[in-house]
Order: sequence, then C-alpha cells, then structure tokens
Amino acid sequence: MHLEDLAEQAAQYRNEDAHIEREVRVCVAASCQSSGSLPVLEALKSACDTQGAGSCKVKGVGCMGLCSAGPLVAVADKDCALNESVLYRDVTPDDAPDIMASVCSTPVERLRCPTDQPFFSRQQRIVLEHSGLIDPDSLRGYIAVGGYAALVRALTEMTPADVLREVTTSGLRGRGGGGYPTGLKWSTIAKMPPGQKYVVCNADEGDPGAFMDRAVLESDPHRVLEGMAIAAYAVGASKGYVYVRAEYPLAVERLETAIRKAKRAGFLGAKVADTQFAFEVEIRLGAGAFVCGEETALMASIEGLRGQPRPRPPYPAESGLWGCPTLINNVETFANIAPIIREGGDWFAAIGTEGSKGTKVFALAGKIKNTGLIEVPMGTSLRDIIEVIGGGIPDGRAFKAVQTGGPSGGCIPEAHLDIPVDYDSLKTLGTIMGSGGLIVMDETSCMVDVARFFMEFCMSESCGKCIPCRAGTWQMHALLDTLTKGRGTRADLALLEDLCDVVRATSLCGLGQTAPNPVLSTLRYFRDEYEAKLLGDA
Amino acid sequence: MPLPTPQPNVRVVTLRIDDRDLSAREDETLIEVCRENRIPIPSLCHLDGLSVWGGCRLCMVEIAGQGRLVAACSTRVAEGMTVQTDTERLRHYRRTIVELLFAERNHVCSVCVSNGHCELQSLAQRCGVDHVRLPYRQAPYPVDSSHEMFRLDHNRCILCTRCVRVCDEIEGAHTWDVMGRGSDCRVITDMARPWGESETCTSCGKCVQVCPTGALVKQGTSAGEMVKDQHFLPILARRRHAR
Ligand SMILES: Cc1cc2nc3c(=O)[nH]c(=O)nc-3n(C[C@H](O)[C@H](O)[C@H](O)COP(=O)(O)O)c2cc1C
Ligand code: SF4
Ligand code: SF4
Ligand code: SF4
Ligand code: FES
Repeated sequence: MHLEDLAEQAAQYRNEDAHIEREVRVCVAASCQSSGSLPVLEALKSACDTQGAGSCKVKGVGCMGLCSAGPLVAVADKDCALNESVLYRDVTPDDAPDIMASVCSTPVERLRCPTDQPFFSRQQRIVLEHSGLIDPDSLRGYIAVGGYAALVRALTEMTPADVLREVTTSGLRGRGGGGYPTGLKWSTIAKMPPGQKYVVCNADEGDPGAFMDRAVLESDPHRVLEGMAIAAYAVGASKGYVYVRAEYPLAVERLETAIRKAKRAGFLGAKVADTQFAFEVEIRLGAGAFVCGEETALMASIEGLRGQPRPRPPYPAESGLWGCPTLINNVETFANIAPIIREGGDWFAAIGTEGSKGTKVFALAGKIKNTGLIEVPMGTSLRDIIEVIGGGIPDGRAFKAVQTGGPSGGCIPEAHLDIPVDYDSLKTLGTIMGSGGLIVMDETSCMVDVARFFMEFCMSESCGKCIPCRAGTWQMHALLDTLTKGRGTRADLALLEDLCDVVRATSLCGLGQTAPNPVLSTLRYFRDEYEAKLLGDA
Repeated sequence: MPLPTPQPNVRVVTLRIDDRDLSAREDETLIEVCRENRIPIPSLCHLDGLSVWGGCRLCMVEIAGQGRLVAACSTRVAEGMTVQTDTERLRHYRRTIVELLFAERNHVCSVCVSNGHCELQSLAQRCGVDHVRLPYRQAPYPVDSSHEMFRLDHNRCILCTRCVRVCDEIEGAHTWDVMGRGSDCRVITDMARPWGESETCTSCGKCVQVCPTGALVKQGTSAGEMVKDQHFLPILARRRHAR
C-alpha cells in the first residue's frame, strides 16, 4: 500500500459523507455511559430519523473531557473541533427532540455548556486530538482523519533508523510514570541482536484517581495500535501485547474491535500495508493488581505466572517476555507516536519545556469544579491547571494541596502552585509526574489522612514478595492510623520516618520504593498537622 | 566444594569489596564472590543451588557511584566495581528488616522446636536485635499437622519461598506455592489443600531441610531439637547442572 492509496481511501470516505453537514456527537466513553449517554444516543438517533434531518448524522464518540458534566452532546459542523461546537451538558433522552430541532437553528440554551471557557480553550490536544470527534469503533472514521498514514509512511518511506531518529528527536519521555526517554528505550531494543522481540503496551493503570489511559483506549484505540506497530517496525518486533486490566471492559471491547478491523484492513497481521513487515497484537487481561503495572511483574503475568516483580537488571530491553528483548511503553506514550511521525520530531520537541517535551494528559479529580480529562503542554503551571482550566475549588473553600503521581507521588501546597508541570520540576518538590492523576484537596482535608489513605493502598497492593514492602507498609499504615486518631507519640513519628527510609531504600520494586513518598511529602509541607495530632509529651 | 568448570567464553574481572581486591568470573553474583572469600553477607531467601529470589533484602550492599543499594544475590559483578558490605547504614537497614520479620508473625523462640537451630534467630543475634521496636502484628495463623511426617506452622514462616523453589526446582514436585498478596501471603500445598492430602508431595523432606525457621519441621521434635541439613542442595544442584 502506498501513502497515496491511503490518502485516496481517506478522501473517498470523506466523500461518502459529503452530504453530512452537521454532526451530533454523543460521548460514549465510560464516564458518560455511566451517567446514561447510551439512551441519549438512542433517543437522538430516533429523533434524527423522525425529524428527518438528512444532512445531519448522530454518532457516538470518545471522551470530550468534561466528564463531571456528562452525558455530553456536541453539535457541530463536520470536522469542527470540540471548542467550535455547541456543547450540551447533563443531557437526558427527553432532550433529544429539542437538540435535533436546534441543529439547524438556535441552540438549546438551558442545556448549554460554554466551550469558550478556559477548560476547552487552554488545552492543546495531541494525544486526544480525535477524542470526542471520531467514532472509536469505526476504522473508516479513523482513516478519514488521517489514521494509519504515519504507519504506512514509516513502512514505505522510512527505515527503522529513520523512525528511531524522529522519536529520539521528539524528546518524548515515557508517560507511564518513570519518564524514561522513549527514543533511547527503543534504540536499545533495536540494537539487540535480531530474533524474536516483543512490544508491550502497558494499559494496567492502577493508580487511584487515574483514567487517562482508559479514556485513550475507549476514544481512539486505533491510535494506540498504530503507535505499537510503528514501534515494532522500529525495534524489529513481530508480536505485541496490550496488557489491560479486566475492570476496563469497554476499553477491552473497543480494542478488540479495533484489532479485528485493523487486521482485516491489513494494518496488522502478516503483511502490514502490503510490505514485508509482520505484526500481530493480542490482548492480555490483568486481574487489576497495581503491582502488575510494574514492568517485570507485568511480563510475568503475561507469561502466565504470578504477577510479581523480579530484580532488574536484566531490564526487559535485554531479557523480557520469555527471555527475549521486549519494549514496554505506556498507552499515552504510544498514542504520541503517530503525530510525531506525521509532523516530525522537531515539531514535537518545540512543544513543552526543555526537559519535558510535548503535552501531558491529566485526570483532574477531587475538590475541583471541572473534574475530567485535560491535555496541556508540559510546563503549564499547576495554578493554571487548577484555578483556570479546572475552574478552582467549589463551594467557596480554600485550596490546600494537590496530589500528583498517585501512591508513588506527593502533595504540593499552595506556595508552590506556580511551578511549571514537568518531570524535573515536580521532582524538586518531592513528588513526581506519575501517569497524570491530579487530586485536588481543599482546606477540609487532613493531610495525615491522605498519607494514611495512600499507605493503605500500597499495603493492600503489595505483592508480598519482599519484606520491607510487605511488612513495612503494614507497620507504616498502623502508625499513620494511630496518628490520625490522635493517639501517636513523638516516638511513633520518629519510627514512621525511619521506616520511610528503610522501605524506600530496600524494597525490590517501584511499589515499595515509592510507597513512602506520600508520607514524606506531607511531612515536608504539612508537618504541623502531624505534630498537632501528637499526644502531649507528658 | 567443587566449583563448576568455567565456561569457555566467560572472562574474569577484578573488583574491590570492603577494601579488598578480588577477582571473579563475570557471570558470578556478588553474594557468590563474597561467600567464596568469606565476606559475610546476611541472607534468608538465597540458597546456593536454588534460583535467585531477591525477597529478603538482607543482602543489600552499597556500590560506589550508584545511589541505590543493590541486592548482592541478584547483582552480577563488573570490572572495577567497588562494594561496601557492612556500613552503618546497611547495618541499620538489616536490623530493621529483621525486626519487621519478627513483628510480622509469631517468633517466640523459646517455645519453637527450631530454637537454637534457626537462621532467623542467629541472624537476629548477629544483627544485634535484642528487642523489637515495632508492635507485633498478632495475626493468628493456622498450623497444618496433616502430613504424617512433617508439620507446617504459618506463624513461623517468613515467606522466603525456599520450600517453594526446592520442591519445584530440585525435587520436581511443585507441591508448594504462595497465595494471597501483601501481608496476607501464605505458602500453600497443592491448591491450598492440607499437606497431608497433597497428591504431589513425595515426602522427600527437602522443603523441611531448607526452611530457615521453625515453620517446616519434622513431626515429634521438641523445642531445640530440629536440626536442619542443607548440604545436599548444592551437590544435587551441581550434579543436575552437569548432566
Ligand atoms: C507499582 C508500579 C505500577 C505501575 N503501573 C503502571 C501502569 O499502570 N501503567 C504504566 O504505563 N506504567 C506503570 N508503571 C511503570 C511501568 O513499570 C513502566 O515503567 C512503564 O510502563 C514504561 O512505559 P513508558 O516508558 O512509556 O512510561 C508502574 C510501575 C510500578 C513500579
Ligand atoms: S516492593 Fe512490594 S510490590 Fe514490589 S516486590 Fe516488594 S513486596 Fe512486591
Ligand atoms: S516433602 Fe518434598 S515433595 Fe513434599 S513438599 Fe516438601 S519438598 Fe515437596
Ligand atoms: S515455610 Fe519455611 S521455607 Fe517455606 S517460605 Fe516459609 S519460612 Fe520459607
Ligand atoms: S538474599 Fe538477597 S534478597 Fe534475600
């Protein structure tokens, strides 16, 4: 297949839809579905039939971001972006006739959700560029917006070394938490002797409060497959796995559909796009153990063993699945690949900050007005994200802290809100970017409680293989519990700090090594809250 | 003890451990080199002849120029490596790990049949653990006496998985495994059926001999009697390896 053929196909698909002038897009990602978007979709479809809007199409699309206002429905001219559409919030099936009637006339004011607010205008969508615009189950829809062109271009016009160069130039760093340079990881695997190699997409997403990867898989699954195929071509792999947690049934279903359709259309399988490159993808379901997101545990789980980490080195790049070189990247990392190949590494490198290129998807949760999914350039300040894009704290309360990086991360107080969000700045504050969960807390939150919550999570998610994590998190949780109840002594606090040091330094894998972080960071910024809860020294 | 004959392509490297210059084959781990040279490294999960586990974290050492500590049992030697095995920091961590183990289950040595012959106990003595700063977890665990020759007391188990590995890798029965996670982990026989009803156990006793504590013992032994014999393991492992 030549790039021209694909472009022709895309043009043809667009042509077939030429009679459609306006689209009614209903979010069918998990959050809107849980607030009832499927009946809304049905109602709109039948209203469309009876009201006979021939030039209008009702379709299900992926996440539009403002999940707290769901079910969301957007009415727009075809090909118009989300912020150019008329957006309706909290839509019910009863609203369908009104919405259909408004398609070619004035909008229904009572349902409107303004799209000129910063929540929409301040975002820059690369990973989510198709999210909320295309039907996730439609391969045609994906091709019509230029999908798979990056893959075909890589296969027909670029050598694996060219692809590696673009990805390296882009400066993309892994979005799964560690922030390891993606180009460097790919090159390492590409340099391993030829033979069986694997590509794995990590869609385990176990952090509490995080749903970025789920949204990407539910909204634009082909995008992830395309990124994996390009990676496989670059490193010389012929087999890929997507490791998804079974709690994401909708993501799994959409991914299955996407794999089936991509295979039938020749974008996966024995001769990808009629070239000599072969790439098969399979889904592996995880049972939802947090530790199975750790790469060595993930590989053990794919191999059918107990999902338990092993010491590294050897790293997966050298000895991964069944002892073969294996590339593991996060969903969002793979979703960045197609635009990098399409627009070039330099284009991507121009976005973001010196050490952190591109954009980052964040899941806003907690005490914040606009909860949901956003994508902003790296380097955007936390204050912008929370006060401007997120709309600030509801109910007139005051901001207290924002937690980033989930159970491996930490809390940032008001005084540091102006820090640009990037991998290195967050580290200087004693927290991490992590996979992109942002939990906002207001003045009513007790920071010792927050630390206890995360410690409880780590304690129950510890795999139990190594002693500092297994028994240490239990002890730390018990100490935090005593402290929150106001029964702790100064000696307990000292013991807690000592255990933080031991568990961090001696645990086998990232789970245990980072489990003390929420405690350490709350101690760093909110030590007075711990002290206030201590028993008198009497 | 006969060492395996060197592989043809394996080079020899020199490194420095505790200010001593040593040489080692490049496929050796730090713990192996230390043991050859009589540099004591505490360990509970590692056993010569079984696969590397890396779970007890007692063997951690400092490597110059590397921020992170590494486990000696799962780290290969490298040319020019400079290693410290007994710093103040390491002693503190090891002590705390032993305390964590003691507080996790019931380790009242005076009433244990392994008293005086227990690796955890002697390690605690070596690390100077004369009291435990941490509260005991006090979770009651069952005892499985259903096997006619052996007994399993979960209260004394430290989850080192030596039993799991010896039964799988040396005896070939794979009777043992681990179930649960975090502090709920426990070793099980077959599909968590009583050991006495196990259809895979050959009653060879290897698991009992390699168990470092009083968790696996012979029936009928009384306090202070249960002496363990592990000399068979490296010999068996090497013979198999040579074949
Ligand atoms: C306890 C633990 C859980 C993790 N969970 C995830 C996860 O859910 N998704 C993910 O992509 N990476 C997760 N990671 C990081 C992965 O091990 C790995 O670094 C990452 O998938 C690499 O991809 P990237 O380079 O694209 O970030 C986890 C790490 C640890 C230690
Ligand atoms: S740190 Fe925790 S999760 Fe990781 S291996 Fe150790 S016990 Fe398992
Ligand atoms: S006695 Fe032998 S076969 Fe039975 S469980 Fe122990 S090691 Fe396995
Ligand atoms: S029973 Fe003994 S050998 Fe088995 S895991 Fe427990 S302590 Fe280790
Ligand atoms: S001996 Fe190395 S971790 Fe147990």
